[in-house]
Amino acid sequence: MKAKEIFKEDIFTKNPIYILMLGMCPSLAITTSIDNALGMTLAVTLVLVLTNLVVSLIRKFIPTEVRLPVYIIIIATFVTCISLLVEAYAYSLYESLGIFLPLITVNCIVLGRAEAFASRNKVGHSVLDGLATGLGFGLGLLSISFVRELLGTGNIVLHNPFANGKEIFNLFGLMGIEEITTKYAINLLTSGTGAFLVFGLLMAAVAAFTNYRNNKKEKSVQVNVKEVSENA
Amino acid sequence: MLSYLSLAISCVLVSNIVLTQFLGICPFLGVSKSKKSALGMGLAVMGVTVSSSLITFGLYKLVLAPLEIQYMQTVVYILVIAALVQFVEMLIKKFFPTLYEAFGVYLPLITTNCVVLGVCLNVVNLDYNLLQVLVYSLSVTLGYMLVLFVFSAIREQLERNSVPKAFKGVPIALIAAACMALAFNAFSGII
Repeated sequence: MKAKEIFKEDIFTKNPIYILMLGMCPSLAITTSIDNALGMTLAVTLVLVLTNLVVSLIRKFIPTEVRLPVYIIIIATFVTCISLLVEAYAYSLYESLGIFLPLITVNCIVLGRAEAFASRNKVGHSVLDGLATGLGFGLGLLSISFVRELLGTGNIVLHNPFANGKEIFNLFGLMGIEEITTKYAINLLTSGTGAFLVFGLLMAAVAAFTNYRNNKKEKSVQVNVKEVSENA
Repeated sequence: MLSYLSLAISCVLVSNIVLTQFLGICPFLGVSKSKKSALGMGLAVMGVTVSSSLITFGLYKLVLAPLEIQYMQTVVYILVIAALVQFVEMLIKKFFPTLYEAFGVYLPLITTNCVVLGVCLNVVNLDYNLLQVLVYSLSVTLGYMLVLFVFSAIREQLERNSVPKAFKGVPIALIAAACMALAFNAFSGII
């Protein structure tokens, strides 16, 4: 498989959150703000890339019967390392992610990619697949958190986790209408109910778009078949 | 005595593990298509969670904390959980073979269930004693079973109704879960 195919498939055709529906636990709790979504994406992408690298390197030496415990130990080790790094260098992110940072260990995406891809493919492709899956996961998280933060708090504010949570971007503050938009925010969307609601509506939108594209493809195939049979 | 009762009620209703803490969403949406499988899954998760939370609590207090290697928490806990799930799988295969057939691939997947690892990590952060750990893990998984059962009943009914094509399957289930979360908000004034 070429690199471009890997990227296209992991990010769009088989998006982990919208199509495969794996790893949904963080996507409901973390997506209250874009900061948290970006931080979670970074952590999961790092774990995915490192795990795929190691699993692909030693794939010929792992006995089939114990492969799942081996993958889990590798993933747990990397999650511990990354969680210690985040606690040391980006403490505000560590506090916002809370329990979901060690819970990356049991994220179905990481184990799933190690089992389905890294154990059967070369090192280079596995690393690219880890990166692409992390980006696809990030796309899903960012889409949900964009809607929830914009409509739920009325403003999009980005903080720098490596500089103690300093504000680096304030969307409506730059336009000067921050007080107006935060007054009319829909606070329901930042709560649990809003999480399920936004996620369900976005998933339905993605399903509707996929159906529309599949219908168009089917119709064009039918038209081609008709043309060929008419010309024959 | 009363504090344990209030702990139990708050875990089952007020801060429900699925609707408030958002753990265990994958099986919540995956296994809840029929009431029987939801109950079976809930009971299996309860067994694994209670036993693993007690064992990991003991390991933390007796090994990790005295030796000051708390950062090994994740690795040690996940090994204990994987071993326990394997053990429960062997028990069920020996004594309840029909149940084993019914579970299929979902039994080993309890290892990657966020509820189990979440409970084990929470009891350390919340600094409970042994009896509180037992009450906490029992009531959290009881709440999980309750929500899973109610949700499976709702989903069985949704299968019979005509749902718009884009919403079929998981999206309409998520909207139903949103209504459930809204309803459970009413419990937040009890404790």
